[in-house]
Amino acid sequence: MAKYSTNEFKAGLKIMLDADPCAIIENEFIKPGKGQAFNRVKIRNLKTGRVIERTFKSGESVEGADVVDLEVQYLYSDGEFWHFMVPDTFEQYQAEASAVEDSVKWLKDQAICTMTLWNDSPLSITPPNFVELTVTDTDPGLKGDTSGGGGKPATFETGAVVRVPLFVQIGELIKIDTRNGEYVSRAKE
Amino acid sequence: MDQTWQPACDLEYLRLRAQMLKKIRFFFEERAVLEVETPLLCSTTGTDPQLDFFSCEYHSFANKESLSNKIMYLQTSPEFAMKRLLAAGSGSVFQICKAFRNGEAGQIHNPEFTILEWYRVGFDLPQLMDEVVDLISTVLTVDSTNLDVYKVSYVDLFQQATGLNPLEFCLSDYCSYAQENGISDAIDICGNDYSMWLDFIFSHKVQPVIEPYALALVYAYPAIQSSLARINTKNTAVADRFEVFIQGVEIANGFFELADVIEQEKRFDQENADRLAMGLSAVKKDQYFLNALASGLPDCSGIAIGLDRLLMMMTKNKSLNNVIAFPFDRA
Repeated sequence: MAKYSTNEFKAGLKIMLDADPCAIIENEFIKPGKGQAFNRVKIRNLKTGRVIERTFKSGESVEGADVVDLEVQYLYSDGEFWHFMVPDTFEQYQAEASAVEDSVKWLKDQAICTMTLWNDSPLSITPPNFVELTVTDTDPGLKGDTSGGGGKPATFETGAVVRVPLFVQIGELIKIDTRNGEYVSRAKE
Repeated sequence: MDQTWQPACDLEYLRLRAQMLKKIRFFFEERAVLEVETPLLCSTTGTDPQLDFFSCEYHSFANKESLSNKIMYLQTSPEFAMKRLLAAGSGSVFQICKAFRNGEAGQIHNPEFTILEWYRVGFDLPQLMDEVVDLISTVLTVDSTNLDVYKVSYVDLFQQATGLNPLEFCLSDYCSYAQENGISDAIDICGNDYSMWLDFIFSHKVQPVIEPYALALVYAYPAIQSSLARINTKNTAVADRFEVFIQGVEIANGFFELADVIEQEKRFDQENADRLAMGLSAVKKDQYFLNALASGLPDCSGIAIGLDRLLMMMTKNKSLNNVIAFPFDRA
């Protein structure tokens, strides 16, 4: 893999740090008029999702990370692995629990999502920003309540639990924002 | 169509820049400080290992093989040439020109930038500090008494921000501070380099402390960072050097100017030795400048201000690209 010097740092660049693949979120060049230059970067560890701040001496080189994003379709889970397919090529990938942990609750069969590969093996799965899922369980709503104030937990077909307004009933299709896990609206079927 | 032929900044900034330059020229005219010009293209350059320069080749017309070819440098600041004028008896002078620093590109760095540099014959450092405050208030069009100015010594500020003494390099103290304060990268990067430790801690932990101030003047830098300033006569641990920060962003650097040619040459040699140790090549010492010092530089204080940054800060922008028509990536 190519090496990158600090002067090539920019948002989106994937580099190796402490043996983990990371993505640069923000890069700041710091240099006093008289004195040492540094690059202070905000960086996301693509394995753990954690964001950290690191400083490099300007001019230093770091190894690039072989990381690519792919559009894939979720097929099924066999309990140990989660299986995905690239629709165009029918190429299949199996992801471990660690790669799907935060996303799997949003995925129903056939869903299209983004898979991040590191050295050709799945590192993480990112669901679409919005998904539409069916409510499989929730308390019956109060009659006449359409305001949505208060809310109640609802369980969806994928197992996800989201707070929904009181008027939402079992069997309804609901639009959810996966980035914050919040109810957006009823979905039109 | 590709729109990068367009200025990066709003056209309003052309007017604001012109206004700023006009105010600066008026400010110095009123004080009888003479505007001068010195070469941007010079036969020598500074030895400071932390400043990388641009070089280019001069050759005789239509003859690239001629013996009269020579390497020329785009100057990183007009300091040496202006001091030659001072030594020749020019009296107080100012200059507005471009300066060039290789490898310095970022949100608040452009490899080519506009510098305002001036020297006041007979001024000590506190007098120059007052004049900088006056100039900046003039440019900002505020009454200097209404400007929130914070004057603090480097040592006090550093101690207040970190609890560390910047005048005493105690590696174990510095390392445990870095470990406990989220900058453990400093340990590997700085190693045993005292000056680099100061730069690291100052930029990461001290500068944020002065962000609330419209104007902060930090004086009496550690002697190890004296650059071209005199060592203080009463306290040899510090140099007669100060820096100006607007909301934590470095804007200017001023010295009570070193006039001792022997000391100056020693610093050049030391910096050249540092360059070699860092794997850089040594730089030819500017003999014109050394000869000027030998013939006698009047006691004076001088300072350089980055005008692009000043414009950026006065218009509350976060990036130089917002105030320069054609920044580096459009130049």
